[in-house]
Amino acid sequence: MAGAAAPLMEADRAHPFWLAVPLGLFFLVFFAVPLVLLLWVSLQGEAGVSLVHYTRFLQDGLGPRVLGATLRIGAEVTLFCLLLAYPLAMVFRAAPGWGKGLITLIVLLPLLTSVVVRTFAWIVVLGRQGVVNATLQSLGLIDLPLRLLYTEGGLVAALVQVQMPLMFLPLATALGRIDPNLEDASAALGAGIWRTFLRVVVPLSLPGALAGCILTFAAAVTAFITQSLVGGGQLLLMPGFIYQQAITLQNWPFAAAISIVFLAAVLAVLAAIGALARLARGAAYG
Amino acid sequence: MAEAPRPAALQVALSTRLFQWSGGGLAAIALILLAAPTLIVVIVSFTSGLSLRFPPPGYSLRWYYALAEAWQLHFAAGNSLVVACLSTGISLLLGVSAALAIGRSRRPVARVLDQVFLSPLILPGLAFGLASLIFFTAIGLPVSPATLVLGHTVICVPYVVRNTIAALAQLDPALIDSSLSLGASRLTTFRRITLPLLAPGIASGGFICFMASFDNIPVSLFLRDAATDMLPIRMWQDLEGKLDVTIAAASTVLILATIALAIAMERIAGISRRLG
Repeated sequence: MAGAAAPLMEADRAHPFWLAVPLGLFFLVFFAVPLVLLLWVSLQGEAGVSLVHYTRFLQDGLGPRVLGATLRIGAEVTLFCLLLAYPLAMVFRAAPGWGKGLITLIVLLPLLTSVVVRTFAWIVVLGRQGVVNATLQSLGLIDLPLRLLYTEGGLVAALVQVQMPLMFLPLATALGRIDPNLEDASAALGAGIWRTFLRVVVPLSLPGALAGCILTFAAAVTAFITQSLVGGGQLLLMPGFIYQQAITLQNWPFAAAISIVFLAAVLAVLAAIGALARLARGAAYG
Repeated sequence: MAEAPRPAALQVALSTRLFQWSGGGLAAIALILLAAPTLIVVIVSFTSGLSLRFPPPGYSLRWYYALAEAWQLHFAAGNSLVVACLSTGISLLLGVSAALAIGRSRRPVARVLDQVFLSPLILPGLAFGLASLIFFTAIGLPVSPATLVLGHTVICVPYVVRNTIAALAQLDPALIDSSLSLGASRLTTFRRITLPLLAPGIASGGFICFMASFDNIPVSLFLRDAATDMLPIRMWQDLEGKLDVTIAAASTVLILATIALAIAMERIAGISRRLG
Protein backbone atom coordinates (compact mmCIF):
# COMPACT_ATOMS: atom_id res chain seq x y z
CA MET A 1 0.00 0.00 0.00
CA ALA A 2 1.49 3.30 -1.07
CA GLY A 3 -0.75 5.21 1.34
CA ALA A 4 0.52 3.44 4.44
CA ALA A 5 3.92 5.15 4.47
CA ALA A 6 2.79 8.57 3.21
CA PRO A 7 2.50 11.39 5.75
CA LEU A 8 -1.02 12.18 6.90
CA MET A 9 -2.25 14.71 4.41
CA GLU A 10 -5.01 17.23 4.59
CA ALA A 11 -6.66 15.09 1.91
CA ASP A 12 -7.14 12.23 4.34
CA ARG A 13 -9.15 14.49 6.57
CA ALA A 14 -11.22 15.76 3.64
CA HIS A 15 -13.56 12.79 3.96
CA PRO A 16 -14.73 12.41 7.54
CA PHE A 17 -15.07 8.89 8.84
CA TRP A 18 -18.76 9.25 9.68
CA LEU A 19 -19.46 8.96 5.94
CA ALA A 20 -19.08 5.20 6.44
CA VAL A 21 -21.80 5.14 9.09
CA PRO A 22 -24.89 4.99 6.81
CA LEU A 23 -23.66 1.94 4.89
CA GLY A 24 -22.37 0.43 8.13
CA LEU A 25 -25.83 0.72 9.70
CA PHE A 26 -27.47 -0.53 6.53
CA PHE A 27 -25.25 -3.63 6.61
CA LEU A 28 -25.86 -4.14 10.31
CA VAL A 29 -29.65 -4.15 9.86
CA PHE A 30 -30.08 -5.79 6.46
CA PHE A 31 -27.01 -8.07 6.34
CA ALA A 32 -25.64 -8.97 9.79
CA VAL A 33 -28.98 -9.29 11.62
CA PRO A 34 -30.51 -11.54 8.89
CA LEU A 35 -27.46 -13.83 8.98
CA VAL A 36 -27.65 -14.09 12.78
CA LEU A 37 -31.37 -14.86 12.48
CA LEU A 38 -30.55 -17.55 9.90
CA LEU A 39 -28.24 -19.22 12.42
CA TRP A 40 -30.85 -18.87 15.18
CA VAL A 41 -33.63 -20.40 13.06
CA SER A 42 -31.36 -23.31 12.10
CA LEU A 43 -30.98 -24.11 15.82
CA GLN A 44 -34.72 -24.23 16.59
CA GLY A 45 -35.94 -27.72 17.46
CA GLU A 46 -39.37 -28.94 18.57
CA ALA A 47 -38.64 -27.74 22.11
CA GLY A 48 -36.04 -25.02 22.28
CA VAL A 49 -32.50 -24.94 20.94
CA SER A 50 -31.28 -28.16 19.35
CA LEU A 51 -29.01 -29.49 16.66
CA VAL A 52 -31.78 -31.64 15.20
CA HIS A 53 -31.57 -30.01 11.74
CA TYR A 54 -27.84 -30.52 11.59
CA THR A 55 -28.10 -34.19 12.55
CA ARG A 56 -30.81 -34.53 9.92
CA PHE A 57 -28.35 -33.05 7.39
CA LEU A 58 -25.89 -35.82 8.28
CA GLN A 59 -28.56 -38.54 8.31
CA ASP A 60 -28.19 -41.32 5.76
CA GLY A 61 -25.34 -39.43 4.17
CA LEU A 62 -27.46 -37.32 1.78
CA GLY A 63 -26.20 -33.94 3.04
CA PRO A 64 -22.50 -34.86 3.02
CA ARG A 65 -22.91 -36.41 -0.45
CA VAL A 66 -24.51 -33.23 -1.83
CA LEU A 67 -21.87 -31.04 -0.16
CA GLY A 68 -19.10 -33.29 -1.47
CA ALA A 69 -20.45 -33.17 -5.04
CA THR A 70 -20.80 -29.37 -4.85
CA LEU A 71 -17.23 -28.85 -3.63
CA ARG A 72 -15.89 -31.38 -6.17
CA ILE A 73 -17.60 -29.62 -9.07
CA GLY A 74 -16.31 -26.28 -7.75
CA ALA A 75 -12.76 -27.66 -7.69
CA GLU A 76 -13.07 -29.15 -11.20
CA VAL A 77 -14.41 -25.89 -12.63
CA THR A 78 -11.66 -23.89 -10.91
CA LEU A 79 -8.91 -26.17 -12.28
CA PHE A 80 -10.25 -26.12 -15.85
CA CYS A 81 -10.65 -22.33 -15.68
CA LEU A 82 -7.03 -22.02 -14.55
CA LEU A 83 -5.84 -24.37 -17.30
CA LEU A 84 -7.59 -22.33 -20.04
CA ALA A 85 -7.41 -18.79 -18.64
CA TYR A 86 -3.67 -18.93 -17.86
CA PRO A 87 -2.53 -19.45 -21.49
CA LEU A 88 -5.10 -16.87 -22.60
CA ALA A 89 -3.69 -14.36 -20.10
CA MET A 90 -0.15 -15.13 -21.40
CA VAL A 91 -1.31 -14.47 -24.98
CA PHE A 92 -3.08 -11.29 -23.78
CA ARG A 93 0.14 -10.08 -22.16
CA ALA A 94 2.17 -10.55 -25.35
CA ALA A 95 -0.56 -9.31 -27.72
CA PRO A 96 -0.41 -5.97 -29.56
CA GLY A 97 -2.99 -3.29 -28.71
CA TRP A 98 -5.75 -4.46 -31.07
CA GLY A 99 -5.32 -8.05 -29.87
CA LYS A 100 -5.68 -6.91 -26.27
CA GLY A 101 -8.87 -5.05 -27.21
CA LEU A 102 -10.32 -8.09 -28.97
CA ILE A 103 -9.54 -10.46 -26.08
CA THR A 104 -10.97 -7.95 -23.58
CA LEU A 105 -14.19 -7.78 -25.60
CA ILE A 106 -14.52 -11.58 -25.85
CA VAL A 107 -13.83 -12.00 -22.11
CA LEU A 108 -16.04 -9.15 -20.89
CA LEU A 109 -19.07 -9.90 -23.04
CA PRO A 110 -20.01 -13.11 -21.18
CA LEU A 111 -19.25 -11.41 -17.86
CA LEU A 112 -21.78 -8.69 -18.64
CA THR A 113 -24.36 -10.97 -20.23
CA SER A 114 -27.18 -12.24 -18.05
CA VAL A 115 -26.46 -15.60 -16.37
CA VAL A 116 -29.73 -17.01 -17.71
CA VAL A 117 -28.70 -16.06 -21.24
CA ARG A 118 -25.22 -17.54 -20.83
CA THR A 119 -26.64 -20.76 -19.45
CA PHE A 120 -29.35 -20.85 -22.10
CA ALA A 121 -26.59 -20.87 -24.72
CA TRP A 122 -25.35 -24.15 -23.25
CA ILE A 123 -28.78 -25.70 -23.54
CA VAL A 124 -28.67 -24.87 -27.24
CA VAL A 125 -25.16 -26.34 -27.54
CA LEU A 126 -25.68 -29.50 -25.50
CA GLY A 127 -29.34 -30.31 -26.25
CA ARG A 128 -30.53 -33.35 -28.21
CA GLN A 129 -30.65 -31.29 -31.41
CA GLY A 130 -27.76 -29.11 -30.30
CA VAL A 131 -24.50 -28.26 -31.97
CA VAL A 132 -22.46 -31.10 -30.47
CA ASN A 133 -24.97 -33.83 -31.29
CA ALA A 134 -25.64 -32.45 -34.79
CA THR A 135 -21.92 -32.39 -35.56
CA LEU A 136 -21.28 -35.89 -34.24
CA GLN A 137 -24.27 -37.26 -36.14
CA SER A 138 -23.33 -35.64 -39.44
CA LEU A 139 -19.82 -37.06 -39.07
CA GLY A 140 -21.42 -40.47 -38.64
CA LEU A 141 -19.79 -40.98 -35.26
CA ILE A 142 -23.08 -41.63 -33.45
CA ASP A 143 -26.53 -42.80 -34.55
CA LEU A 144 -28.68 -41.49 -31.70
CA PRO A 145 -28.14 -38.15 -29.95
CA LEU A 146 -26.07 -38.38 -26.76
CA ARG A 147 -27.44 -37.16 -23.47
CA LEU A 148 -25.17 -34.22 -22.65
CA LEU A 149 -27.54 -31.92 -20.81
CA TYR A 150 -28.27 -32.90 -17.22
CA THR A 151 -24.86 -34.58 -16.82
CA GLU A 152 -21.96 -33.57 -14.61
CA GLY A 153 -19.62 -33.20 -17.61
CA GLY A 154 -22.04 -30.82 -19.33
CA LEU A 155 -22.46 -28.81 -16.13
CA VAL A 156 -18.69 -28.46 -15.62
CA ALA A 157 -18.23 -27.31 -19.24
CA ALA A 158 -20.97 -24.69 -18.87
CA LEU A 159 -19.67 -23.45 -15.51
CA VAL A 160 -16.11 -23.18 -16.89
CA GLN A 161 -17.37 -20.87 -19.63
CA VAL A 162 -19.64 -18.86 -17.35
CA GLN A 163 -16.95 -18.29 -14.69
CA MET A 164 -13.76 -18.06 -16.80
CA PRO A 165 -13.72 -14.22 -16.94
CA LEU A 166 -13.43 -14.17 -13.14
CA MET A 167 -10.22 -16.21 -13.44
CA PHE A 168 -8.85 -14.32 -16.44
CA LEU A 169 -9.06 -10.76 -15.08
CA PRO A 170 -6.86 -11.12 -11.93
CA LEU A 171 -4.45 -13.37 -13.88
CA ALA A 172 -4.05 -10.82 -16.68
CA THR A 173 -3.43 -8.09 -14.08
CA ALA A 174 -0.82 -10.20 -12.23
CA LEU A 175 0.98 -11.27 -15.42
CA GLY A 176 0.96 -7.68 -16.71
CA ARG A 177 2.88 -6.55 -13.63
CA ILE A 178 5.79 -8.98 -14.23
CA ASP A 179 8.86 -7.15 -15.56
CA PRO A 180 9.74 -8.75 -18.96
CA ASN A 181 13.41 -8.11 -18.14
CA LEU A 182 13.20 -10.94 -15.60
CA GLU A 183 12.40 -13.43 -18.36
CA ASP A 184 15.16 -12.01 -20.58
CA ALA A 185 17.60 -12.37 -17.68
CA SER A 186 16.49 -15.95 -17.12
CA ALA A 187 16.94 -16.75 -20.82
CA ALA A 188 20.32 -15.03 -20.94
CA LEU A 189 21.44 -17.15 -18.02
CA GLY A 190 20.65 -20.24 -20.07
CA ALA A 191 17.21 -21.30 -18.89
CA GLY A 192 14.91 -22.68 -21.58
CA ILE A 193 11.43 -21.31 -22.16
CA TRP A 194 9.72 -23.96 -19.97
CA ARG A 195 12.17 -23.48 -17.11
CA THR A 196 11.77 -19.70 -17.26
CA PHE A 197 8.00 -20.11 -17.28
CA LEU A 198 7.91 -22.51 -14.34
CA ARG A 199 10.58 -20.85 -12.22
CA VAL A 200 10.01 -17.13 -12.96
CA VAL A 201 6.57 -16.42 -14.46
CA VAL A 202 4.43 -18.90 -12.52
CA PRO A 203 5.71 -17.99 -9.02
CA LEU A 204 5.31 -14.27 -9.71
CA SER A 205 1.76 -14.74 -10.99
CA LEU A 206 0.63 -16.99 -8.11
CA PRO A 207 -1.13 -14.24 -6.11
CA GLY A 208 -3.23 -13.35 -9.17
CA ALA A 209 -3.95 -17.00 -9.88
CA LEU A 210 -5.12 -17.61 -6.31
CA ALA A 211 -7.28 -14.46 -6.36
CA GLY A 212 -8.85 -15.85 -9.54
CA CYS A 213 -9.34 -19.24 -7.85
CA ILE A 214 -11.20 -17.62 -4.94
CA LEU A 215 -13.62 -15.76 -7.23
CA THR A 216 -14.11 -18.71 -9.59
CA PHE A 217 -14.68 -21.27 -6.85
CA ALA A 218 -17.11 -19.06 -4.91
CA ALA A 219 -19.06 -18.31 -8.09
CA ALA A 220 -19.09 -21.92 -9.36
CA VAL A 221 -20.40 -23.56 -6.16
CA THR A 222 -23.12 -20.93 -5.69
CA ALA A 223 -24.19 -20.73 -9.38
CA PHE A 224 -27.74 -21.90 -8.73
CA ILE A 225 -29.19 -21.04 -12.14
CA THR A 226 -26.53 -22.75 -14.23
CA GLN A 227 -26.60 -25.74 -11.90
CA SER A 228 -30.37 -26.10 -12.11
CA LEU A 229 -30.67 -25.57 -15.89
CA VAL A 230 -27.67 -27.58 -17.12
CA GLY A 231 -27.35 -29.99 -14.19
CA GLY A 232 -31.06 -30.68 -14.02
CA GLY A 233 -33.02 -32.35 -11.26
CA GLN A 234 -30.94 -35.52 -10.99
CA LEU A 235 -27.76 -33.71 -9.94
CA LEU A 236 -28.59 -32.20 -6.54
CA LEU A 237 -26.09 -29.59 -5.35
CA MET A 238 -26.12 -27.37 -2.25
CA PRO A 239 -27.91 -24.32 -3.75
CA GLY A 240 -30.57 -26.60 -5.23
CA PHE A 241 -30.89 -28.36 -1.86
CA ILE A 242 -31.49 -25.01 -0.12
CA TYR A 243 -34.02 -24.00 -2.80
CA GLN A 244 -35.85 -27.33 -2.55
CA GLN A 245 -36.18 -27.17 1.24
CA ALA A 246 -36.85 -23.42 1.55
CA ILE A 247 -39.16 -22.71 -1.40
CA THR A 248 -40.61 -26.03 -2.55
CA LEU A 249 -41.07 -27.64 0.89
CA GLN A 250 -41.18 -24.44 2.99
CA ASN A 251 -39.01 -26.12 5.64
CA TRP A 252 -37.13 -22.99 6.75
CA PRO A 253 -35.24 -24.38 9.76
CA PHE A 254 -33.75 -27.26 7.77
CA ALA A 255 -33.02 -24.93 4.81
CA ALA A 256 -31.33 -22.55 7.26
CA ALA A 257 -29.17 -25.38 8.63
CA ILE A 258 -28.14 -26.38 5.08
CA SER A 259 -27.34 -22.70 4.34
CA ILE A 260 -25.16 -22.43 7.45
CA VAL A 261 -23.25 -25.63 6.61
CA PHE A 262 -22.78 -24.44 3.01
CA LEU A 263 -21.64 -20.98 4.13
CA ALA A 264 -19.14 -22.48 6.57
CA ALA A 265 -17.80 -24.90 3.94
CA VAL A 266 -17.36 -22.18 1.30
CA LEU A 267 -15.65 -19.85 3.79
CA ALA A 268 -13.34 -22.68 4.92
CA VAL A 269 -12.25 -23.43 1.34
CA LEU A 270 -11.77 -19.73 0.56
CA ALA A 271 -9.77 -19.25 3.78
CA ALA A 272 -7.52 -22.15 2.76
CA ILE A 273 -6.93 -20.61 -0.70
CA GLY A 274 -6.36 -17.24 0.99
CA ALA A 275 -3.74 -18.75 3.31
CA LEU A 276 -2.01 -20.26 0.25
CA ALA A 277 -2.12 -16.82 -1.38
CA ARG A 278 -0.35 -15.22 1.60
CA LEU A 279 2.29 -17.97 1.53
CA ALA A 280 2.75 -17.46 -2.21
CA ARG A 281 3.07 -13.71 -1.81
CA GLY A 282 5.66 -14.28 0.89
CA ALA A 283 7.57 -16.67 -1.39
CA ALA A 284 7.36 -14.41 -4.45
CA TYR A 285 8.17 -11.06 -2.88
CA GLY A 286 9.56 -12.21 0.47
CA MET B 1 25.59 -28.77 -47.90
CA ALA B 2 23.89 -27.03 -45.01
CA GLU B 3 25.22 -27.86 -41.62
CA ALA B 4 22.74 -29.91 -39.57
CA PRO B 5 21.67 -28.05 -36.38
CA ARG B 6 23.31 -29.34 -33.27
CA PRO B 7 21.04 -31.68 -31.29
CA ALA B 8 20.95 -29.33 -28.28
CA ALA B 9 19.87 -26.36 -30.41
CA LEU B 10 17.25 -28.52 -32.08
CA GLN B 11 15.94 -29.57 -28.71
CA VAL B 12 15.68 -25.96 -27.55
CA ALA B 13 13.85 -25.00 -30.76
CA LEU B 14 11.48 -27.94 -30.36
CA SER B 15 10.71 -27.23 -26.73
CA THR B 16 10.12 -23.54 -27.51
CA ARG B 17 7.81 -24.56 -30.34
CA LEU B 18 5.98 -26.98 -28.04
CA PHE B 19 5.53 -24.22 -25.43
CA GLN B 20 4.12 -21.78 -27.96
CA TRP B 21 1.85 -24.33 -29.64
CA SER B 22 0.38 -25.77 -26.47
CA GLY B 23 -0.12 -22.32 -24.93
CA GLY B 24 -1.58 -20.89 -28.12
CA GLY B 25 -3.81 -23.92 -28.57
CA LEU B 26 -5.28 -23.68 -25.08
CA ALA B 27 -5.76 -19.92 -25.45
CA ALA B 28 -7.61 -20.50 -28.73
CA ILE B 29 -9.87 -23.08 -27.08
CA ALA B 30 -10.55 -20.60 -24.27
CA LEU B 31 -11.53 -17.85 -26.74
CA ILE B 32 -13.80 -20.15 -28.75
CA LEU B 33 -15.40 -21.47 -25.56
CA LEU B 34 -16.04 -17.90 -24.36
CA ALA B 35 -17.44 -16.55 -27.62
CA ALA B 36 -19.26 -19.49 -29.25
CA PRO B 37 -22.31 -19.94 -26.98
CA THR B 38 -23.28 -16.26 -27.23
CA LEU B 39 -22.97 -16.30 -31.02
CA ILE B 40 -25.00 -19.51 -31.24
CA VAL B 41 -27.87 -18.00 -29.22
CA VAL B 42 -27.94 -14.98 -31.51
CA ILE B 43 -28.01 -17.17 -34.64
CA VAL B 44 -30.68 -19.55 -33.26
CA SER B 45 -32.95 -16.60 -32.37
CA PHE B 46 -33.41 -15.97 -36.13
CA THR B 47 -34.55 -19.53 -36.85
CA SER B 48 -37.69 -20.12 -38.89
CA GLY B 49 -38.20 -23.47 -37.16
CA LEU B 50 -39.99 -24.34 -33.94
CA SER B 51 -37.03 -25.74 -32.00
CA LEU B 52 -33.56 -24.75 -30.89
CA ARG B 53 -31.99 -26.84 -33.65
CA PHE B 54 -28.56 -25.62 -34.74
CA PRO B 55 -27.85 -24.76 -37.49
CA PRO B 56 -31.41 -23.51 -38.04
CA PRO B 57 -33.40 -24.96 -40.96
CA GLY B 58 -34.09 -21.41 -42.22
CA TYR B 59 -34.13 -17.82 -41.07
CA SER B 60 -36.97 -15.51 -40.08
CA LEU B 61 -37.98 -12.86 -37.57
CA ARG B 62 -40.96 -14.86 -36.29
CA TRP B 63 -39.57 -15.20 -32.75
CA TYR B 64 -39.04 -11.45 -32.53
CA TYR B 65 -42.70 -10.95 -33.40
CA ALA B 66 -43.52 -13.52 -30.71
CA LEU B 67 -41.30 -11.59 -28.29
CA ALA B 68 -43.13 -8.35 -29.10
CA GLU B 69 -46.38 -10.08 -28.09
CA ALA B 70 -44.96 -11.66 -24.91
CA TRP B 71 -46.47 -9.24 -22.41
CA GLN B 72 -45.37 -11.36 -19.41
CA LEU B 73 -41.74 -10.82 -20.37
CA HIS B 74 -42.35 -7.06 -20.86
CA PHE B 75 -44.01 -6.79 -17.46
CA ALA B 76 -41.15 -8.68 -15.78
CA ALA B 77 -38.55 -6.59 -17.60
CA GLY B 78 -40.23 -3.40 -16.34
CA ASN B 79 -40.10 -4.66 -12.73
CA SER B 80 -36.45 -5.68 -13.05
CA LEU B 81 -35.58 -2.29 -14.52
CA VAL B 82 -37.27 -0.35 -11.71
CA VAL B 83 -35.70 -2.50 -8.96
CA ALA B 84 -32.25 -2.27 -10.58
CA CYS B 85 -32.49 1.53 -10.92
CA LEU B 86 -33.59 2.00 -7.30
CA SER B 87 -30.99 -0.34 -5.80
CA THR B 88 -28.27 1.21 -7.96
CA GLY B 89 -29.31 4.68 -6.77
CA ILE B 90 -29.19 3.68 -3.09
CA SER B 91 -25.95 1.73 -3.66
CA LEU B 92 -24.29 4.78 -5.21
CA LEU B 93 -25.37 7.06 -2.36
CA LEU B 94 -24.33 4.70 0.46
CA GLY B 95 -21.41 3.03 -1.34
CA VAL B 96 -19.61 6.14 -2.56
CA SER B 97 -19.77 7.88 0.82
CA ALA B 98 -18.56 4.75 2.64
CA ALA B 99 -15.75 4.30 0.09
CA LEU B 100 -14.65 7.93 0.59
CA ALA B 101 -14.48 7.38 4.35
CA ILE B 102 -12.59 4.08 4.37
CA GLY B 103 -10.67 4.27 1.07
CA ARG B 104 -7.69 6.24 2.34
CA SER B 105 -8.23 5.73 6.04
CA ARG B 106 -5.56 3.96 8.06
CA ARG B 107 -7.80 3.03 10.98
CA PRO B 108 -7.96 -0.73 11.55
CA VAL B 109 -11.75 -0.50 11.63
CA ALA B 110 -11.64 0.77 8.03
CA ARG B 111 -9.91 -2.44 6.90
CA VAL B 112 -12.56 -4.50 8.72
CA LEU B 113 -15.39 -2.49 7.14
CA ASP B 114 -13.75 -2.93 3.74
CA GLN B 115 -13.91 -6.73 4.17
CA VAL B 116 -17.48 -6.60 5.47
CA PHE B 117 -18.75 -4.39 2.64
CA LEU B 118 -17.19 -6.71 0.03
CA SER B 119 -18.28 -9.99 1.66
CA PRO B 120 -21.66 -10.30 -0.15
CA LEU B 121 -19.60 -10.95 -3.30
CA ILE B 122 -18.55 -14.41 -2.11
CA LEU B 123 -21.66 -15.25 -0.08
CA PRO B 124 -24.03 -17.91 -1.48
CA GLY B 125 -26.92 -15.77 -2.77
CA LEU B 126 -29.65 -18.25 -1.80
CA ALA B 127 -28.41 -18.35 1.80
CA PHE B 128 -28.61 -14.55 2.01
CA GLY B 129 -32.02 -14.56 0.29
CA LEU B 130 -33.40 -17.00 2.87
CA ALA B 131 -31.81 -15.03 5.72
CA SER B 132 -33.44 -11.81 4.47
CA LEU B 133 -36.82 -13.46 4.12
CA ILE B 134 -36.59 -14.78 7.71
CA PHE B 135 -35.59 -11.26 8.84
CA PHE B 136 -38.44 -9.44 7.06
CA THR B 137 -40.91 -12.04 8.32
CA ALA B 138 -39.61 -11.61 11.87
CA ILE B 139 -40.05 -7.82 11.81
CA GLY B 140 -43.47 -8.20 10.19
CA LEU B 141 -42.64 -6.57 6.86
CA PRO B 142 -44.33 -8.50 4.03
CA VAL B 143 -42.30 -9.10 0.88
CA SER B 144 -42.80 -6.33 -1.68
CA PRO B 145 -40.82 -4.38 -4.26
CA ALA B 146 -39.34 -2.47 -1.29
CA THR B 147 -37.84 -5.61 0.30
CA LEU B 148 -36.49 -6.55 -3.13
CA VAL B 149 -34.70 -3.21 -3.43
CA LEU B 150 -33.23 -3.56 0.09
CA GLY B 151 -31.96 -7.10 -0.58
CA HIS B 152 -30.54 -6.17 -3.97
CA THR B 153 -28.75 -3.18 -2.47
CA VAL B 154 -26.85 -5.41 -0.01
CA ILE B 155 -25.53 -7.71 -2.74
CA CYS B 156 -24.88 -4.98 -5.34
CA VAL B 157 -23.31 -2.21 -3.23
CA PRO B 158 -19.93 -4.07 -3.05
CA TYR B 159 -19.31 -3.30 -6.73
CA VAL B 160 -19.72 0.44 -6.07
CA VAL B 161 -17.50 0.32 -2.96
CA ARG B 162 -14.77 -1.68 -4.70
CA ASN B 163 -14.63 0.51 -7.80
CA THR B 164 -14.77 3.78 -5.88
CA ILE B 165 -11.94 2.67 -3.54
CA ALA B 166 -9.86 1.64 -6.56
CA ALA B 167 -10.41 5.07 -8.16
CA LEU B 168 -9.62 6.80 -4.87
CA ALA B 169 -6.31 4.92 -4.63
CA GLN B 170 -5.25 6.49 -7.94
CA LEU B 171 -6.29 10.00 -6.98
CA ASP B 172 -3.37 12.31 -6.22
CA PRO B 173 -4.04 13.60 -2.67
CA ALA B 174 -1.98 16.72 -3.44
CA LEU B 175 -4.85 17.96 -5.59
CA ILE B 176 -7.24 17.87 -2.65
CA ASP B 177 -4.57 19.33 -0.39
CA SER B 178 -4.03 22.28 -2.73
CA SER B 179 -7.73 22.92 -3.03
CA LEU B 180 -8.21 22.90 0.73
CA SER B 181 -5.15 25.02 1.46
CA LEU B 182 -6.24 27.56 -1.17
CA GLY B 183 -9.34 28.10 0.91
CA ALA B 184 -11.98 25.97 -0.76
CA SER B 185 -14.39 24.34 1.67
CA ARG B 186 -14.58 20.54 1.97
CA LEU B 187 -17.86 20.54 0.10
CA THR B 188 -16.54 22.70 -2.74
CA THR B 189 -13.40 20.56 -2.94
CA PHE B 190 -15.53 17.44 -3.14
CA ARG B 191 -17.83 18.88 -5.78
CA ARG B 192 -15.16 20.52 -7.94
CA ILE B 193 -12.11 18.25 -7.51
CA THR B 194 -12.79 14.84 -5.96
CA LEU B 195 -16.08 13.94 -7.61
CA PRO B 196 -15.06 14.76 -11.20
CA LEU B 197 -11.84 12.76 -10.79
CA LEU B 198 -13.63 9.78 -9.25
CA ALA B 199 -16.55 9.89 -11.70
CA PRO B 200 -15.27 7.21 -14.12
CA GLY B 201 -14.66 4.75 -11.27
CA ILE B 202 -18.02 5.50 -9.70
CA ALA B 203 -19.76 5.16 -13.07
CA SER B 204 -18.23 1.74 -13.79
CA GLY B 205 -19.11 0.57 -10.28
CA GLY B 206 -22.68 1.77 -10.79
CA PHE B 207 -22.87 0.01 -14.17
CA ILE B 208 -21.76 -3.36 -12.75
CA CYS B 209 -24.05 -2.82 -9.74
CA PHE B 210 -27.00 -2.23 -12.09
CA MET B 211 -26.21 -5.34 -14.14
CA ALA B 212 -25.86 -7.46 -10.98
CA SER B 213 -29.25 -6.33 -9.72
CA PHE B 214 -30.98 -6.67 -13.10
CA ASP B 215 -29.61 -10.21 -13.42
CA ASN B 216 -30.17 -11.40 -9.85
CA ILE B 217 -32.26 -14.50 -9.21
CA PRO B 218 -31.27 -16.03 -5.85
CA VAL B 219 -32.26 -13.03 -3.72
CA SER B 220 -35.30 -12.11 -5.83
CA LEU B 221 -36.69 -15.64 -5.44
CA PHE B 222 -37.14 -15.02 -1.72
CA LEU B 223 -37.93 -11.31 -1.52
CA ARG B 224 -40.45 -10.72 -4.31
CA ASP B 225 -44.18 -10.92 -3.80
CA ALA B 226 -46.43 -12.98 -6.05
CA ALA B 227 -47.35 -9.96 -8.16
CA THR B 228 -43.77 -8.88 -8.85
CA ASP B 229 -42.35 -11.03 -11.61
CA MET B 230 -38.68 -10.41 -12.42
CA LEU B 231 -37.21 -10.86 -15.90
CA PRO B 232 -34.43 -13.38 -15.13
CA ILE B 233 -36.83 -15.47 -13.01
CA ARG B 234 -39.46 -15.39 -15.77
CA MET B 235 -36.85 -16.50 -18.35
CA TRP B 236 -35.47 -19.18 -16.05
CA GLN B 237 -38.90 -20.63 -15.35
CA ASP B 238 -39.81 -20.54 -19.05
CA LEU B 239 -36.65 -22.54 -19.74
CA GLU B 240 -37.34 -25.04 -16.96
CA GLY B 241 -40.75 -25.79 -18.43
CA LYS B 242 -40.06 -25.86 -22.16
CA LEU B 243 -37.19 -24.83 -24.38
CA ASP B 244 -38.85 -21.80 -25.92
CA VAL B 245 -37.22 -20.02 -28.88
CA THR B 246 -38.77 -16.72 -27.72
CA ILE B 247 -36.17 -16.80 -24.94
CA ALA B 248 -33.44 -16.85 -27.60
CA ALA B 249 -34.90 -13.67 -29.10
CA ALA B 250 -35.16 -12.09 -25.63
CA SER B 251 -31.56 -13.11 -24.94
CA THR B 252 -30.38 -11.50 -28.16
CA VAL B 253 -32.16 -8.26 -27.29
CA LEU B 254 -30.52 -8.35 -23.82
CA ILE B 255 -27.08 -9.04 -25.32
CA LEU B 256 -27.44 -6.11 -27.74
CA ALA B 257 -28.67 -3.81 -24.96
CA THR B 258 -25.71 -4.86 -22.80
CA ILE B 259 -23.23 -4.20 -25.61
CA ALA B 260 -24.78 -0.77 -26.29
CA LEU B 261 -24.66 0.12 -22.60
CA ALA B 262 -21.10 -1.20 -22.28
CA ILE B 263 -19.93 0.83 -25.28
CA ALA B 264 -21.58 3.95 -23.84
CA MET B 265 -19.88 3.29 -20.48
CA GLU B 266 -16.56 2.62 -22.22
CA ARG B 267 -16.84 6.04 -23.90
CA ILE B 268 -17.71 7.74 -20.62
CA ALA B 269 -15.65 5.79 -18.14
CA GLY B 270 -13.33 3.31 -19.85
CA ILE B 271 -14.75 0.43 -17.81
CA SER B 272 -12.69 -2.30 -19.46
CA ARG B 273 -9.65 -0.94 -17.63
CA ARG B 274 -11.47 -1.08 -14.31
CA LEU B 275 -13.17 -4.45 -14.21
CA GLY B 276 -10.12 -6.38 -12.99
